[in-house]
Amino acid sequence: MPKSMAGRLCVPLAVLYALPAAAFADESIDSRINAAVQPWADLVSGLIFSSFPLAGVAVPFVLVWLLFAAVLFTFYFRFINLRAFRHGFQLVRGDYDDPVAAGEVSHFQALATALSGTVGLGNIAGVAVAVSLGGPGATFWMILAGLFGMSSKFVECTLGVKYRNEYTDGTVSGGPMYYLSKGLAERGERFARFGRVLAVLFALFCVGGSIGGGNMFQANQSFMQLVAVTGGENSWLVGMGWVYGIIVALLVGLVVIGGIQGIARVTSRVVPMMGLVYVAAGLAIILINAGQVPSALASIVSGAFSPEGIAGGAIGVLIQGFQRAAFSNEAGVGSAAIAHSAVRTDRPVTEGIVALYEPFVDTVVVCTVTALVIIITGSWNPSVDPGQGVALTSAAFESAIPWFPWVLTVAVMLFAFSTMISWSYYGLKAWTYLFGESVITDAVYKILFLLFIVAGSSMELGSVITFSDAMIFAMAFPNVLGMYFLMPVVKRELDVYWDDYKQGRLQKFGRAAMRD
Amino acid sequence: MSKVYLVGIDCSECSTRALEYAARLADKSKLQLIVVHVIDWSPFTFNTPKENEVRHQRREAELERAHEEIVDPVVSKLRDQGIYARGVIRHGHPAETISSVAREFGATNIIIGKTGSSRLKTQIFGSVANTLVQISEVPVTVVP
Repeated sequence: MPKSMAGRLCVPLAVLYALPAAAFADESIDSRINAAVQPWADLVSGLIFSSFPLAGVAVPFVLVWLLFAAVLFTFYFRFINLRAFRHGFQLVRGDYDDPVAAGEVSHFQALATALSGTVGLGNIAGVAVAVSLGGPGATFWMILAGLFGMSSKFVECTLGVKYRNEYTDGTVSGGPMYYLSKGLAERGERFARFGRVLAVLFALFCVGGSIGGGNMFQANQSFMQLVAVTGGENSWLVGMGWVYGIIVALLVGLVVIGGIQGIARVTSRVVPMMGLVYVAAGLAIILINAGQVPSALASIVSGAFSPEGIAGGAIGVLIQGFQRAAFSNEAGVGSAAIAHSAVRTDRPVTEGIVALYEPFVDTVVVCTVTALVIIITGSWNPSVDPGQGVALTSAAFESAIPWFPWVLTVAVMLFAFSTMISWSYYGLKAWTYLFGESVITDAVYKILFLLFIVAGSSMELGSVITFSDAMIFAMAFPNVLGMYFLMPVVKRELDVYWDDYKQGRLQKFGRAAMRD
Repeated sequence: MSKVYLVGIDCSECSTRALEYAARLADKSKLQLIVVHVIDWSPFTFNTPKENEVRHQRREAELERAHEEIVDPVVSKLRDQGIYARGVIRHGHPAETISSVAREFGATNIIIGKTGSSRLKTQIFGSVANTLVQISEVPVTVVP
């Protein structure tokens, strides 16, 4: 079993060990921050990742939870992830957009915004960790989890649009906290109370997730990459994580507190470019080594079912793959539903169908490219320290394109920045759902968010990664539970919509109308 | 049933001349005029979540401003001259949107000023009039 999992099992021990350690911390500010936050991070992740043994492997319950939901939704909606794929493309392209309503948030824009919140370090660092711990076979399960995850994303984003709040000033707020409370309330008084509980739980975890995976993990990994390119262990930046954290916190602060949307806007334009550069570079490396692709694919398939030298055997591999896919595309977690809710449509199903592309692009395309590059360049190594995340991917690219780590560093920092901006928004939405909207509650959350950037860049990766995973996965408990109760609602909407689509009752506009 | 002509306007000098020309034609040949103003917008941009949240609000504000400051004064002036005129405001790619509005209202001719408001942009990307001449399905009159 991988080290991190073992770490989660002996959490109480870790807490006992870490508390006195805090008192004896050496002079470095980084290690002091680490010592203060780590025991709590480990405690929380120990609770969320309670696991049960299966074939000698500790299987985290939350993974089974997410996967079961994804598979169930896939069957319940009769493979919506595959059958609506082509229609999703037509929707993103704008074939069905009425020009009279032009100027509202388009399907493409909602998808792009949600994607910029998910495509990021999970695709670069997370995949490297999965392939090192689970071997090439982890890629197989990652892709499979990505494909099933599309169905979860479909359900949550449809619900997000259907039950969002529209305010009199024209702004909108949506997401699981709204569909959990409003959606379940439609089923009677007792469900209403249950829905409110789920909504509050979700909002609490979402705030935690925004601080963990949406913040500390990003700050931590982007700093690690910066250290790696400036000389690794000998870098003058070692131990300066808090300085980096303060600089990033200032930049993020300018956007979220200063309201300087210009910085956010520039990032949101540049990040997709970096994503394309990353995928293009990955594909180039794959093409250059085209001869090795068949053997890489063979090792992915054989590694998936009969791995050699992997802790936990096939199930260990499967868990690594699923875990990274879930962390990277966040299907079932509910975060994307917040971003997708901004779309204005009278058919919520359309946004769900568009959202299918999110796990697809994120996991099936970007993560797979990363995995292939790591496998083809032979950079993965079962004995590598799981904490190396980005560094491993960076080394894989470097072996083919020597100057690429610098590009990757810029990409990683931009991805980290845009993910932080997105998650600060998700977290704030959850926070204001809990504490109401006012200048003070707003400011409290934002300051908290910035402080954790500094903490995240000072801490060691191990505890950051477990805490981040823990908080993000915790969101899946109330979210998926609510989705089970609400899936008949989505089914009704989908059936009516799909019938209209198949019978050609949906009106096409513009050039799409002329094509027919 | 009188003929329908479309006149595209922005807020520049050039479209004033295009309007005067359209008004003369309309007066002489008893035309109906559709006055179109397009707010430059693309559905394929990358936005922040915050931008998306306030998009609807912004759009309403943009439409209101376009009505009050650009289209409505023109339409009421034309009506004062006894010309049947109707204003249309859309978001989108200017040339493509003007062309599709022409199709929508069955306009048989499009009248437009030679250059729009931004000279530098025109130098680099070409003008709305140029693009319109290329893509329009009906005759286009470009007013210098």
